[in-house]
Amino acid sequence: MTYLAKPKLHHPTLPKNKLGYTRRDYEGKVSTLCAGCGHDSISAALIQAFWELDVEPHRVAKLSGIGCSSKTPDYFLGNSHGFNTVHGRMPSVLTGANLANRDLIYLGVSGDGDSASIGLGQFAHVMRRGVNMTYILENNGVYGLTKGQFSATADMGSKSKRGQVNTDSAVDTISLALIMGASFVARSFSGDKAQLVPLIKAAIAHQGAAFIDVISPCVAFNNHPGSTKSYDYIREHNEAVNRLDFWPSREAITIDYSEGGLIEVPQHDGSILKLRKLDADYDPRDRIVALEHVARAAEKGEVLTGLLYVHAEAQDLHAHLNTYAVPLNKLGEKELCPGAGVLEKINAALR
Amino acid sequence: MKRIEAVNDFVVKFANINGSGSASANELFAKSFLRMGIPVSPRNIFPSNIQGLPTWYEVRVTERGWLGRRGGVDLMVAMNPQTWNQDVKEIEPGGYLFYDDTRPLPSSKFRPDIHVIGMPLTEMCNAHYTDARERQLFKNIIYVGALAAMIGIEPGVIAELIGEQYKGKEKLLKPNVNAFQMGYHYAQEKLKDALGLKARRADAVGDKIFIDGNSAAALGCVYGGASVCAWYPITPSSSLAEAFQRYCSRLRVDKETGRNKFAIVQAEDELASIGIVVGAGWNGARAFTATSGPGVSLMTEFIGLAYFAEIPATIINVQRGGPSTGMPTRTQQADVISCAYASHGDTKHVLLFPEDPRECFEFAAQALDLADRLQTPVFVMTDLDIGMNQRLCKPFEWDDARRYDRGKVMTADELEAGKDFGRYLDVDGDGIPYRTYPGTHPKRGAYFTRGTTKNAYAAYSEAGPDYVYNVQRLLKKFETAKTLVPKALLTASKEPARFGAIYYGSTSPAMAEALEALAAKGIFVNALRVRAFPFQDEIFDFVQSHSKVFVIEQNRDAQLKTLLVNDAGINPVSLISVLHYDGTPITARFITEEISQIVTALNVRPIKKDKAA
Repeated sequence: MTYLAKPKLHHPTLPKNKLGYTRRDYEGKVSTLCAGCGHDSISAALIQAFWELDVEPHRVAKLSGIGCSSKTPDYFLGNSHGFNTVHGRMPSVLTGANLANRDLIYLGVSGDGDSASIGLGQFAHVMRRGVNMTYILENNGVYGLTKGQFSATADMGSKSKRGQVNTDSAVDTISLALIMGASFVARSFSGDKAQLVPLIKAAIAHQGAAFIDVISPCVAFNNHPGSTKSYDYIREHNEAVNRLDFWPSREAITIDYSEGGLIEVPQHDGSILKLRKLDADYDPRDRIVALEHVARAAEKGEVLTGLLYVHAEAQDLHAHLNTYAVPLNKLGEKELCPGAGVLEKINAALR
Repeated sequence: MKRIEAVNDFVVKFANINGSGSASANELFAKSFLRMGIPVSPRNIFPSNIQGLPTWYEVRVTERGWLGRRGGVDLMVAMNPQTWNQDVKEIEPGGYLFYDDTRPLPSSKFRPDIHVIGMPLTEMCNAHYTDARERQLFKNIIYVGALAAMIGIEPGVIAELIGEQYKGKEKLLKPNVNAFQMGYHYAQEKLKDALGLKARRADAVGDKIFIDGNSAAALGCVYGGASVCAWYPITPSSSLAEAFQRYCSRLRVDKETGRNKFAIVQAEDELASIGIVVGAGWNGARAFTATSGPGVSLMTEFIGLAYFAEIPATIINVQRGGPSTGMPTRTQQADVISCAYASHGDTKHVLLFPEDPRECFEFAAQALDLADRLQTPVFVMTDLDIGMNQRLCKPFEWDDARRYDRGKVMTADELEAGKDFGRYLDVDGDGIPYRTYPGTHPKRGAYFTRGTTKNAYAAYSEAGPDYVYNVQRLLKKFETAKTLVPKALLTASKEPARFGAIYYGSTSPAMAEALEALAAKGIFVNALRVRAFPFQDEIFDFVQSHSKVFVIEQNRDAQLKTLLVNDAGINPVSLISVLHYDGTPITARFITEEISQIVTALNVRPIKKDKAA
């Protein structure tokens, strides 16, 4: 836990983004998580990503479930509305919020207990519906807030701090998201900011259900030998499929030819995703290939990271429902109430 | 043998097989009376089944306008061999049995004290139609034709209704008219004086409309400005969300762009549907869900959060018998307590009790206002009897000058001007704080929403005094709710009365009729129809001013009485429960008999009719 509150005064030389905000403007309350918690690194990556994207902080709505991960939205974007909802039910609340106002950016923050156990149903259905959001799963394979029980993403054979061995199969949220219809699926590691920040930026730009599973070691309960979600284990077994450069469309596009092949994926909002292929066979536009790669890597005990799948032309729930361009929460009597004259006609038809 | 003779006052019951196409024919029969100016009150009595099980349709023809279920049957139209014995048994002595006599039945199948009317329906159908489906469907229309002739329903009225039903589907129109005429002419010729039940044109319907409560509530949500609906199918509420979809497709599509000013999600379960409603409410859209008791059970965790986090949500509970595998197609008022106190922790919720489709419309729209004003979940407690049956009621009304009450929402300008914003701060003394919609202001007004671990400015706090301040304020807010919810309505007895009666919801029409029947017996009762929880002081005063008050409910455990005792501080000794809970709608006969018996047992025998009991 960080006990020292950061001073509110900003250093005058701090870099500013296009809106004139420094990174400090994207911070929130001081974290109450354990020192060294992977989740705090993810919060830092989120701050960096939103700052780099020049997003107005108050145009973001942060929603979470229950657990250590779900406490984090209080620790970044302090000028955004946040909602610590019900265990495993963040996806439905986010869906409702998104339906009410399509103009905001929706960030869902969840943990592995929240998404893979109690909330597996809502996790699957929010992907099916294609809700336009960035869904970050802070995955540590353990229940931190209730002190160290296995979660459903704990690998079979991994050891808890108390020496207990997990005999259940792990839920692979990446494969599940791919099967259920998420249109942007990535995995990263909380300790790899260079990979995570561009992924988050790309997910935010994606106009559909974007899911990032972030392996985030729990320093208190899951960072010991025998755990497959510890810092050491992930660093040893991490295999990146690609490196991502994300270019907002309003910037000049430069192409770096220096190494490897490059795929450009134009996004709905006009921005362009650039993927540097490290693995010559890997094409993130093919869902079946993504599923196969994830399965083969798991077979070898590797954690595949990077952008695993993107469907750039994906449609979101608002497109499916053909909703009005003006956010529903801005409509009043004039737009919503058919009026007394129409009611008289309805009455007449009921006689 | 006695023969029931009645004009514009009788009960006809149709015994059919589910899925046999009887529903539209029976509805045609019921509506034909309305077109002759005679009120009717029909009820579906149906199984949890799509095809094959028995289903009944009961039509009470009542020039007096008694819309409750009367009890007893004057004419049974017995079209289902499966339920024959039970159906025959139900007929009042001197009543009538109409049946298909194509196949002769032994005399042991009948009763000596009823009048039997046979008509070779199957034979006629087989002679006229070759297609099996047509034989089945037109059989229903043929019996409607025969009944029309015997009862004296004007054939022009039926022709008009058939014409409206098949407008634009001329291919279906003519065969239906022909089938009707076939039955009509047969009965005119062969069954002329078989029936002592007659219809005579009257003028007792006026401008009333005929609609089911679920459609009415859905329309109320359209008028009330709901733009997000999330639901999960559950009998008897599914038709409400479907009606909302239907009305929105007609009334809420932008003409220029063809785009929808509404969003409807059929969620994966009730947990998700209430989650979506809470998310939309948090973000400033008017949202509702329609469900029934088992659905509310699943929603209770969210309902508690919405109560403490102060998020508007409208929940329409079309009540039925519990539990999940309970009596989904039977009516009850058995979720009163589970909704009033839904969730864990100290919670209580606003409940509205509509009596008919007209109030379903009004209360649905009002619930959306109340939810925004009070920033809390609001329940509309309808039930299957109102929800899934068409009921005659006053026409819907809407004042175009009416504005939606969006409650206390702080704007960007107010924040910019430096107005103090404490999300959970009671600034006006009514317990209701201000809220902001997400995305309002770049630097001010944002807050982190959570349950109760917060102070008045929404900062994290587990301090006892902060908790107490918050939940005490919620109590104050509940007091404020008393001034906003619909008031109880008094029906004063013509004579001074010692007894009072409290009733609510779908009991209303049976109660009105029972009051008259009781008065005719010299038992005078002042009746108070409770329309909302929390209870206003008038309800307390009403109980205080009577020596005994009957509380009439359609549940086993006297749930409203429990609330009256627990929340309005009423002495339970003053209250006597009259409870009906077999799944059928309560009847005037039941209420009258129960209250008469209790009054007799209390030894207050009315001697003269003009003396107060």
